[in-house]
Amino acid sequence: MVMKKYDAIIIGAGHNGLTNAAYLAKAGLDVVVVEKNDYIGGASTSREMHEGWVYSSASYVCSMLRQAIHRDLNLTKHGLILVPYLGTVNFGDDGSTLVDYPNEEAAYLELKRHSPHDADAMHRFQADLARYAQFIRKTLLRTPPDPTSLRPRDIRELMFLGKQFWALGEKEMYEYVRFFTMSAADFLEDYFENGLVKAAMSSAGIIGTALGVFSPGSAYILLHHVMGDVDGNIGAWGLARGGMGAISNAIAGAMQEHGGELRTNAGVSQVLVKNGKASGVVLESGEELYSGIVVSNLDAKRTFTKIMDRKDLPPGIFEKAEQFKIRGSSGKVNIALSALPKFKGLPDNRYIDRGGQGFTGSLETMERAYDCWKRGRWSDDPFVESVIPSAWDPTVAPPGKHWMSNFIQYCPPTLADGPWTPGERDRFGQAVVDKIERYSPGFKDLIVHMEVRTPHELEQEIGLTEGNIFQGELTIDQLLFNRPFPGYAQYRMPVKNLYMCGSSTHPGGGVSAACGANAAREILMDLKRPNTVPEDDFYDE
Amino acid sequence: MEHYDSIIIGAGHNGLVCAAYLARAGQKVLVLETADKPGGLAASREFHAGFKAPVAHSVNHFPKKIVTDLGLESHGFGTSSESLPTIGLSEEGHHVVLQGGAVTGVEAGDAAAYPDFMKQMQRFADALKPFWLKTIPRAAITNLADMMTFGRIGLKLRMLGKEDMREFMRITALPARDLMDENFDHPILKSVLCWDGLIGSKMAPRSPNHAVLPLLYRMSGDYCGDPGSLIEALHAAASASGAKIRTATAVERILVRTKDGVLAAQGVELANGEKIEADRVVSSADPQTTFFSLAGVESLEIEFTNRIRRLRCDGYVAKLHLALNGLPEFTGLDQVGGRMIIAPHMDAIEFAYDEAKYGECSNEPVMEIVIPSLRDSSLAPQGQHVLSAHVMYAPRRLKGGWDDSKRESFRERAIDAIARYAPGIRGQIIHSELLTPKDLESDFGVTGGHWHHTEFALDQALMMRPTYQAAQYSTPLPGLYLCGAGCHPGGDLNGSPGHNAAHEILR
Amino acid sequence: MNTAEKYADERLMRSHFHPREAAWNVRDAWASWNGYKFAECYYDAEYEYFCVRNSCATYDICPMQKYYVQGRDAEAMLNRMVTRDISKLPLDRVTYVVWCTDQGRMVDDGTIFKLADDRFMLTCGSPCGAWLKMSAFGFSDVTVTDMSDHIAALSLQGPTSCAVLKKMGLHGIDSAKPFDIRHFPFHGDTLMVSRTGFTGDLGYELWVNPELALQMWDELYAAGADYNIQPFGEEATNMARLEAGFIMPGMEFNEALKTIHFEHDQTPFELNLGWLVDFNKPHFNGRNALLKEKERGPKYTLTRLDIEGNKPAEHSYLYSNKRCTREIGYVTSAMWSPAVKANIALAMVKTDCLEGEIWAEIYYEKELRQYNKAARCSVMKKPFWAPARARATPPPDY
Repeated sequence: MVMKKYDAIIIGAGHNGLTNAAYLAKAGLDVVVVEKNDYIGGASTSREMHEGWVYSSASYVCSMLRQAIHRDLNLTKHGLILVPYLGTVNFGDDGSTLVDYPNEEAAYLELKRHSPHDADAMHRFQADLARYAQFIRKTLLRTPPDPTSLRPRDIRELMFLGKQFWALGEKEMYEYVRFFTMSAADFLEDYFENGLVKAAMSSAGIIGTALGVFSPGSAYILLHHVMGDVDGNIGAWGLARGGMGAISNAIAGAMQEHGGELRTNAGVSQVLVKNGKASGVVLESGEELYSGIVVSNLDAKRTFTKIMDRKDLPPGIFEKAEQFKIRGSSGKVNIALSALPKFKGLPDNRYIDRGGQGFTGSLETMERAYDCWKRGRWSDDPFVESVIPSAWDPTVAPPGKHWMSNFIQYCPPTLADGPWTPGERDRFGQAVVDKIERYSPGFKDLIVHMEVRTPHELEQEIGLTEGNIFQGELTIDQLLFNRPFPGYAQYRMPVKNLYMCGSSTHPGGGVSAACGANAAREILMDLKRPNTVPEDDFYDE
Repeated sequence: MEHYDSIIIGAGHNGLVCAAYLARAGQKVLVLETADKPGGLAASREFHAGFKAPVAHSVNHFPKKIVTDLGLESHGFGTSSESLPTIGLSEEGHHVVLQGGAVTGVEAGDAAAYPDFMKQMQRFADALKPFWLKTIPRAAITNLADMMTFGRIGLKLRMLGKEDMREFMRITALPARDLMDENFDHPILKSVLCWDGLIGSKMAPRSPNHAVLPLLYRMSGDYCGDPGSLIEALHAAASASGAKIRTATAVERILVRTKDGVLAAQGVELANGEKIEADRVVSSADPQTTFFSLAGVESLEIEFTNRIRRLRCDGYVAKLHLALNGLPEFTGLDQVGGRMIIAPHMDAIEFAYDEAKYGECSNEPVMEIVIPSLRDSSLAPQGQHVLSAHVMYAPRRLKGGWDDSKRESFRERAIDAIARYAPGIRGQIIHSELLTPKDLESDFGVTGGHWHHTEFALDQALMMRPTYQAAQYSTPLPGLYLCGAGCHPGGDLNGSPGHNAAHEILR
Repeated sequence: MNTAEKYADERLMRSHFHPREAAWNVRDAWASWNGYKFAECYYDAEYEYFCVRNSCATYDICPMQKYYVQGRDAEAMLNRMVTRDISKLPLDRVTYVVWCTDQGRMVDDGTIFKLADDRFMLTCGSPCGAWLKMSAFGFSDVTVTDMSDHIAALSLQGPTSCAVLKKMGLHGIDSAKPFDIRHFPFHGDTLMVSRTGFTGDLGYELWVNPELALQMWDELYAAGADYNIQPFGEEATNMARLEAGFIMPGMEFNEALKTIHFEHDQTPFELNLGWLVDFNKPHFNGRNALLKEKERGPKYTLTRLDIEGNKPAEHSYLYSNKRCTREIGYVTSAMWSPAVKANIALAMVKTDCLEGEIWAEIYYEKELRQYNKAARCSVMKKPFWAPARARATPPPDY
């Protein structure tokens, strides 16, 4: 029997892998996505972990998904509906609350209640942040140029970036550099005086990263989390109906419609390299699959150190992969609740049913949690970012019952005294529950089921090295043309016919589908096929 | 009334360098210094009868050009192109010694990796070196010369070659810790190599973005030497060029008056009420002191003022001086000398910093020690010695404020740390003093007690130092120039800001 | 729990005059301004507008932002901030000012009241506390206090306004010149009256302790009963101010600190407010940039246009020819002026095109069908509406 040879094998059915496959299939390639789990989506997944409750076990909120892709792949037809958050309630250390209302006047009055100065300063803050976001957003669906290259395309792309940067005006060019390198806390100090306002605004600066609010570079992370949009509202966050799995399922639906194949329970143990070219994969079952190209949706470290033979790699690549900064820093606790919890300091429990909850505390509380992480511990007073999707979404919990997604910063990949154990994991979960209980007395009594995920679980289940949710830190040394490694930022990897399409590549983490789409564009260019990947679209143009 | 071409505020090393260049170009120059003698933070001061030490205790990367231009050697500056050995102290006596491009006291792997690492870093440092002695133009290029400067920077980077250029662009923003972890295993070696990227800053090994640039800056000088002889030589060179230097003369404020319809700096008023006129005032004081205390905000723009206000100027380093009745003995160290660093591993620095970010002193301070009396016997009586240490971290804004008991307790903590490496030292101490950043602020007039005047960081470097409206040595206030460590390229005993400011004024 | 209760805190603040205004607001037509519930109109915008032009009407300026700037350095601080020289401002006088960023882009406009040598009141349309704090930094003796919610203020505009105030018992008010301030005893407190306004007509603004707000309203309305007094809302204000040629943020200019795109904000020269920029003053914020702008000439100039026909030119592009091929600007505000019976507009026109032909491409609708036409525009040197009574002292008896 002649073994079937695919045009492309995509390793990993995360949302980027599926997107990549969908665009390759759309171009007429014969593609297969192989996934080690029996479910798809990677970190963008919905799973029924307790009867009647469907959790978004890992990622829980959507704001970066490129709407050009959403529209182009017809994801709505494949079942995807995104509902924007209305706002988030932030809880301070002292029990005070700050609600981020969607209505401009209401938001102004709420800020004014804390500080009239900050209510005014917020206008300037938002304009500045929008300006910074606008520049970086333009790069999302583009391939980063190689600044050391003299090829026309690289020079053209570099000029594009230069032109966008120049268009900021001289003053803003300097401001941009300053913003890009500073800490979230320092950046906010330029604008605000109220502790809770600063804490609430800075929390996006630490989500998913092994940096603290006082670490230089965290201002950019903040931007990374607010540069997405839902229907043109830049910075808005949204929920996918049916959980984050709905996104992956819709992309998979589009891919299959274009003729792509999906195989679950098909973990890859080895990428086959023949004559210096990637030529297929060996599955954990021993089965071999052959293809013209191989695309890895896994992170850079896992790709090069786990499923590649070191001797197949050019010198230095293995070391680069080993040194790739991919630090786990986040935990996730999913809780099934018998009723909607009630929170203190929040008259009438408002907004719990239409937005998120940020247990932000204060800058110092968040930074001290980071200090714990550095020492291989979790904080008893962690930063928790929560949402109760069941309050809007009738499909994720039984009527009248709820599920609460809790994202925790920070949670170390390994503990100071050794690896995670089930006991330690549960103690970590308990610390989170204890924190919420402080703001919502009686919360514990509502718990029906709980799923605690430390970086260890994230790595074991969905294969994120160290449980890093971005597949690699978003610091300057690993952004744009440095991502994942300098010289390999254009999705082509050091082995011929091998590509990467996960969040380890530009533009990085978040459910944006941009990495997968960008990689597809490069692959199709190499195969001299017509491009199927759409250009991005913006509301501010 | 006397009228000068330029009045220079402050006779620190940058003020003297600037004065010497201006005077050599024929300007009538007056340097005004609050203290009794020139030198600023580099001036030797007697902290105990017979015992002297400067706050800035070493000259590590002084540019050859300034030495040659000003003939500093003929004025007594003893230069050496060989740097002092750097010793990473180990409590058990297994010290790590860095000297002459080699390292000892580490495993073979590290010893082999070290020269390669240093060579690569040196290539990066060499690429940047020409630009420390140049004004970095504004980003909005308006003339050919500016375009050439940027062109040259681009060219220098390209000439590194593809691999080096890529690596350079990757590591410039890397936290010191990652850079060291990528290259080395030995904990002391790593923390010693971090040191020059962090010392003086509100930074720790895990902080991204701002550590590598200072590291490269400190690798790009030509000469080492003694602060004392440097200051004497600069003083002599400036005087010989015709610059007049008045010490014990505090400037109360810069005279800002209307000239051709706009406000301009036209001289200074001294603390005693005397007014001295000049075409321009060149301040080697830090930006906040210059703009807020001396010039006054009325004559400045609002956003500019607030950007200066937001400069990161808080110092985190305390200065320890010990008068010793003999040479201290460090466990396992045959020959005391060079630059000794107490930081057993990078997290020791990181955790010391963790306390400081919340406004507390480090419980386990880390430090850099030299014994200046080894090289300059005039600093201590015969057979006795001075130990000088930069101790981190001691925040300028200590929670609840600094007082004598807090200063004393941090001093004892620092001495305890040294005693773990030099067990007999307590018995040798004749006198000890600790200068907190607050003391440095009040004694030397440096805002925040920050010896770089303002943090040396990517966003406060190059054409953004101290901030973009004042980065070419001129300021938004006509007639007022900056020439101190708050300008490009930055702090340490280096002199480039003074050199560049003089060239900008003469242009 | 009922939903209304659940979101109670999101409700807008009520002005000190709200109880009276609510009764007058037959249409329940409310908008918002700086967090306050604010009337769009009370009965009929055009009727309210004619009250301003024909008798008198009141406009609630409680939501307007008011800051006390006090201390020995108050004058120096404000003088650095604004482009005009306020060291020349006499006691109990008001002056219209603008202030700019370092780049000379307009942050906002407003008025400064000199209440004592070391006490000023700054008023402006939107919050300015953060900028004032930045401006005050470095001055040793100046405090800025946000008085916005602690002063009740009501604007009385129209030809009969002086007569009404006299009848209310404010003797001597007729001697107040434009921009004068007068103080009157009022129930154990003080009622401050300034001859200022935003309608281009004769008018006054009344400033009082909030506790006396309703009392003042009642006395004013009792005195005004025979003079057809009536509250007017946002829509009528916008008509009156456009006739007077006054600028509005969000219409004629973008506040610089809230502007995202490069140079989408404006300089005073672009807004034809060069007369407010006093280069005789050796320093003020943005001076260098503005001097350059003056020498270079502004790219655009805010221009008053009289447009042929009667179709308002809202959101129109402007062209240099009837075929509408060369674009030279855009309309910022436009309306049919009921008082001067003209089709008027304020527009940003490229400065070098001011001398040539100007055509507006106007889109309009008839019974759901869309039409467009090119209409010739003439540049008006004078305001559309500038009655002599607005300047005369004492004002004539209507």
